[in-house]
Amino acid sequence: MQFMLLFSRQGKLRLQKWYVAHPDKLKKKITRELITTILARKPKMCSFLEWKDVKIVYKRYASLYFCCAIEQDANELLTLEIIHRYVELLDKYFGSVCELDIIFNFEKAYFILDELLLGGEIQETSKKNVLKAIAAQDLLQEVSYGDTPIQL
Amino acid sequence: MNSSDHGFNPAFNMAAIKQVFNEAVERVRMPTPMRLRDLIRQIRAARTATEEREVINKECAYIRSTFREEDSAWRCRNVAKLLYIHMLGYPAHFGQLECLKLIASQRFTDKRIGYLGAMLLLDERQDVHLLITNCLKNDLNSSTQFVVGLALCTLGAIASPEMSRDLAAEVERLMKSPNAYIRKKAALCAYRIVLKVPELMEIFLPATRSLLSEKNHGVLITGVTLITEMCEHSPDTLQHFKKIVPNLVRILKNLILAGYSPEHDVSGVSDPFLQVLAVNILGRFLLNNDKNIRYVALNTLLKTVHLDTSAVQRHRTTILECLKDPDVSIRRRALELSFALINSNNVRTMMKELLLFLERSDPEFKAQCSSSIVLAAERYAPNKRWHLDTLLRVLIAAGNYVRDDVVSCTIQLVSDSADQQGYVSAQLWRALEQDTSDRQPLTQVATWCIGEYGDALLYSDVSVGDDPTDIVRVTEDELLDVYQRLLWSPQNTVVTKQYTLLSLTKLSTRFRSNVERIRQMVQQFGSHLHIELQQRGVEFTQLFNSHAHLRPALLERMPPMEVVRRDNGSQQQQVQHSAVNGVLDAADVTTEESAVNSDSNALLVLLGGSDLSSVDAETEQHTAKPPVATPSSTDNQDLLDLLGLDIGGSAPMAMNNINMNNNVHSTNNNNPLLLDPLGSLGSLSSSTQPISGLPSMTPSSDASSLVAYEKNGLRIMFTLERSDMPSTISILMAAYNETSTPMSDFLFQVAVPKTFTLQMMSPSGTIIPPSGSVTQQLRIQNPSKGALRMRMRISYSSGGATIQDQAEMNHFPSEGWQ
Repeated sequence: MQFMLLFSRQGKLRLQKWYVAHPDKLKKKITRELITTILARKPKMCSFLEWKDVKIVYKRYASLYFCCAIEQDANELLTLEIIHRYVELLDKYFGSVCELDIIFNFEKAYFILDELLLGGEIQETSKKNVLKAIAAQDLLQEVSYGDTPIQL
Repeated sequence: MNSSDHGFNPAFNMAAIKQVFNEAVERVRMPTPMRLRDLIRQIRAARTATEEREVINKECAYIRSTFREEDSAWRCRNVAKLLYIHMLGYPAHFGQLECLKLIASQRFTDKRIGYLGAMLLLDERQDVHLLITNCLKNDLNSSTQFVVGLALCTLGAIASPEMSRDLAAEVERLMKSPNAYIRKKAALCAYRIVLKVPELMEIFLPATRSLLSEKNHGVLITGVTLITEMCEHSPDTLQHFKKIVPNLVRILKNLILAGYSPEHDVSGVSDPFLQVLAVNILGRFLLNNDKNIRYVALNTLLKTVHLDTSAVQRHRTTILECLKDPDVSIRRRALELSFALINSNNVRTMMKELLLFLERSDPEFKAQCSSSIVLAAERYAPNKRWHLDTLLRVLIAAGNYVRDDVVSCTIQLVSDSADQQGYVSAQLWRALEQDTSDRQPLTQVATWCIGEYGDALLYSDVSVGDDPTDIVRVTEDELLDVYQRLLWSPQNTVVTKQYTLLSLTKLSTRFRSNVERIRQMVQQFGSHLHIELQQRGVEFTQLFNSHAHLRPALLERMPPMEVVRRDNGSQQQQVQHSAVNGVLDAADVTTEESAVNSDSNALLVLLGGSDLSSVDAETEQHTAKPPVATPSSTDNQDLLDLLGLDIGGSAPMAMNNINMNNNVHSTNNNNPLLLDPLGSLGSLSSSTQPISGLPSMTPSSDASSLVAYEKNGLRIMFTLERSDMPSTISILMAAYNETSTPMSDFLFQVAVPKTFTLQMMSPSGTIIPPSGSVTQQLRIQNPSKGALRMRMRISYSSGGATIQDQAEMNHFPSEGWQ
């Protein structure tokens, strides 16, 4: 996978994870162009889009679009599965997740993603294991400090 | 669960106690910064973009000041806010160092945010690597699994080559950790390292093997990812891991529930019966309402079409139906599949659909689609008339999106089909009468044809189509009126005007009267603002004045350009093109050639011992039959020196013709005027028209491929194919990018000893995407049947750096020539 983007129906970026090194300017350009292209697509159209030299796999969940860029020879259905797995994880973690959860707790959304994927490849197929690891780390944040826990 | 479970108990750590103490002091001294959620609320409350920018600028200024004051207590909150601001598209690079400070902190919250920030703000191009490498090394040795996990995750995300080298040993150690949570992350980290620095693969090999005897799914899946990557990199490793394939199959059997299958590794077990069954099911999927299923079905059919065409053919109508789908992704797949399905039996019906598609398609499809149609038409055309009609329809339907290769292809075909020339000219005249400003390629082909074969239109009745009463007859004045419009319309490109001007000049010898009007039209260009048009204006005017007696001979009809000439080599055939085009067409065709050939000449010098005069001698031989009957040319070399031109293999061609003019005239009127403007023909590069559309190679069965070059993640493979011409071999060069960054401006050049002749087709592209490839066809003629030596020059840019390299290739199999 080359990158993953989460953005709203209004075209606002909610999360971005890059697994390839690009200059900031290029990242912004890609993000902008991709958001416009995907938002212009009708709901009945398929989830795949050949765009420049990558394949885009995207899916809309409520007001949020989840969008991954994968190599031409990568499996698009598998990517769709990864997206869905991620959404399920967010849903479990936040308890019926909504866009606002991801906006106000974007760092948690990143943490969960980093337990699911590493370097753009899937690292854990068990939802239970991911959530267990996240919960343990959240706890570590609370108690590892002698003083009152720091609120972000 | 409490913290001591993870061995992370900073209460006993002196440094941590110090940190707690200092921060307690700071917290008293410094005001508490705004909370992250409050900042997000404020930003969301902003009603305009300006308001939002104000909030953010204010907060950024504050964050900067806290960074300056080394406020470590609230650092993680401030960095978190900065990360949110960064996502909104504002600059946040000043937080990079703060992230590193957070990582070095003892507190887990700090580390978590610090590593998150490092992953978001740093990538392999940043120069703080040494610092982060040290932090990572520390944390990879931590006793807390989650700290190690964070470090591995960050290493996997950034993984610059230097970092990979420095930390590979640590990662290898962690791959053997008793903790599955760490093992799976280490395996993926190793995958990223191998991806970036393939040489490091060796050290991971032993640890990788044991990953597959795992029970844990996470470790298994990451292990398979790592092995797949290793196998793709090195054939040796592939051999090594082939032994474990049965193992994998057994694992798969046991774990059918696992959402991933390492199919790449399993050598394909293909049951033809099953395949046909599958294709039929896929065909049914094409009718499915779910677009995702349709897309995947098309994609899979495209993969199977080469294995079993007839099974896929059965779904042709459904596939053609998909061309009309509103979804662009499905149309693109269907289009590709349609082209794969064309054969000589269905070419007429398929082409009808594809041309309809071309007419209605979005601009992004037109270029690719028209070139593919041209290729398919060339391969499967039932007859010439149909072929020509198809090309004309492409030119009309795709307008300005037509690529140059279609123009040259069409011209070549017209020139080669003597009995259709009148018909084609009439059709093109019909098209030209309308406004063609959005169809420049069509205009170019039309003017070329009318220039060559216009007399057929003027003085005989040409029937268009099947109806014999539908007759085109043009008067000279009508023709000139249209030309006047074409020449001065601001919508027409310079290239089109060049075609038109040349065509007009040619018409002066086809016309029975009106030559004076043509002369005036040409003369107007003598003061044209555009330098090339002006030059042509001046040159052609000379053909009406002092050199008028030369005009009929110079402007004679071009002999047919045959696509394949079996008695000559293809090199000669291509050279002949420019020879017959002569001076007047020089700017259209010859300069392209000279550009190509001068490159290879420069390379010839590299080989040493080859002198340019031999090239000249060779080309001189080809031009022995110029279209104009003239006294034989004097030494080209002298003239070339005289003109001080950059010598290109075909520059002599142009020169040869100048030479003729020169021979005839310099003796009696010593007129440098003709010579001068023509002398700079070599520099007319903007008007080059690539001549392509040469015959597609028929691959013979005994093709063999070898690696010609492999360095820095670029692999060049040669596939040798014996061609059907004697002592000629064609090589399909394929360059693969095995890095994860695209390679742009890819240029592949080749030089061979002078006993060989080399012809290079244009490459399929100049950009190689990561794990993508570019191909280029080479043809080498070896009349002396000597051993082939080859020198290659390769240049490309990757990640902002330009890479140039040279290599020699001397191990060609000798039996390829017989």
